[in-house]
Amino acid sequence: MDIKIEKLSKWYGSQQAVAEISFEVRTGEILGFLGPNGAGKTTTMKMITNYIGIDQGDILIGGKSVKEHADELKKHIGYLPENNPLYLDMAVMDYLEFCASLQGVPKQSIQARVKEMVVLCGLDAEKHKNIGELSKGYKQRVGLAQAMIHDPKILILDEPTTGLDPNQIVEIRNLIRRLGEEKTVILSTHILPEVEATCDRILIIDNGKIVADGTSKTLRKQAQGNEVIQVTIEEADIETIFKELSDLYTIASVDIKNRETNQFLVESIADMSSRKTIFQLCVEKNWILTELTPLETKLEDVFREVTMN
Amino acid sequence: MNPTWIIAKKELQSFFDSLIAYIILGLFLGFSGFFTWLYGSDIFLVGQASLRVFFGIAYWTLFFFIPAITMKQLAEEKRSGTIELLLTKAVSNRQVVLGKFLACLLLIAIALAFTLIYYVSIAMIGKIDHGATICGYLGLLLLSMAYIGIGIFASSITNNQIVAFLLALFIGLFFHIIFDVLAGSFTGFLGELFSTLSISTHFDALARGVIDSKNVIFFLSITALSLLLAELNIAKRG
Repeated sequence: MDIKIEKLSKWYGSQQAVAEISFEVRTGEILGFLGPNGAGKTTTMKMITNYIGIDQGDILIGGKSVKEHADELKKHIGYLPENNPLYLDMAVMDYLEFCASLQGVPKQSIQARVKEMVVLCGLDAEKHKNIGELSKGYKQRVGLAQAMIHDPKILILDEPTTGLDPNQIVEIRNLIRRLGEEKTVILSTHILPEVEATCDRILIIDNGKIVADGTSKTLRKQAQGNEVIQVTIEEADIETIFKELSDLYTIASVDIKNRETNQFLVESIADMSSRKTIFQLCVEKNWILTELTPLETKLEDVFREVTMN
Repeated sequence: MNPTWIIAKKELQSFFDSLIAYIILGLFLGFSGFFTWLYGSDIFLVGQASLRVFFGIAYWTLFFFIPAITMKQLAEEKRSGTIELLLTKAVSNRQVVLGKFLACLLLIAIALAFTLIYYVSIAMIGKIDHGATICGYLGLLLLSMAYIGIGIFASSITNNQIVAFLLALFIGLFFHIIFDVLAGSFTGFLGELFSTLSISTHFDALARGVIDSKNVIFFLSITALSLLLAELNIAKRG
């Protein structure tokens, strides 16, 4: 089921939280929502799930507007809200059964579905405990389980891996990737490596506006600019190396990164690569090249660049 | 299964999982039993085979205890954030409000059911007016519906349970005695108005054994209006 956001806007009083954003998510796509705190990610998600109203613009799910067909559309959505609110006094199994029946899972299938979710989310040992007794990681798993229990076509997950330990995070990421093959998934997170590992596409929101939209690869490439290489050349005079490197025709600028170890940061001119020229220079001068590492722009850098203004 | 009923079941279960149900039942039955049979103008003192005494006691105990069972219904959901989870599921605002209303009403019905033993006891020792007694129970149910409605409305305004409790009591107080007192102080149109708005007027009629549609409509109107306002409050979440 596709989701289409059209010129969506939302104000909290006089503050505009979401400013005419438009984007699409197709079936089988996992979209990563990134942005600084207060950027509008959670607000947008709350509008998709019809928890809060839309001020301007529209959200179309499977072609139908949330403004008119919310009641019908809600059963196709599985939602994990920010802070994962739960009924702490209910037992895990009871809670999942409650969510299943509320979401319209047929009575005869409820038991089976709950069992499936318990196994899928690793809750087997905890299933009879009251939710209030669980650790944060297990509470998070319960939250995920209730979002998926009715096998919805759409998953809206607000920070799904918060509080999980590294092993659990890997499990949940694999799970989300698997689910994302047939479902439409939007997940928001602050954990950048997670976005790269799980999402097909990334949307960066800042101050209610979309500032970046693309795959991890395209975004990094866009922000990359020129090639940057970290070079270490031993047993030679640092000033000589500096001058010779700067003279190379493929190189735009040289910076000394570490005087003690003769480490340099070398930036090539646009669309040129300097690895060969540097290597050849070292051969010619009999220098010992111990490091020649290209530095790729990390997603963190993309994020900072588009959101610091 | 109907979402309203699913929610009602869950809330009722929650009453019994926590201590709330047992405490309320215990206190309600304790007070009722004590003042109906043992103390003050108890049945033996009055000497009549009628449950009027009990109905009079319950009139007050329900007034105090109902806000205690309604206070958490919506306020706690808002405070903990679970309201967001609930309302984004395939249920409507109305079903949520009605489900919680139903759960509270069922708890009260259970409490009242336990008092049927009074009915049976009196029927065995004297000639009780069955019609009037049934009417009295009906009055208590209608009274409960109105107070539960007010309680749920109060719970929908705030996310603090104590505020919800006090607000429910405060609003209820007007209907419970204030209007009645005012009715006594005024004559003419105002006096009539306050008398009509006063729950005690309508409840007394039912407790006496008279079913007049206007009494029933009065209680149902308060119930419907409060639940409607509660629903509007939930819908108003942005």
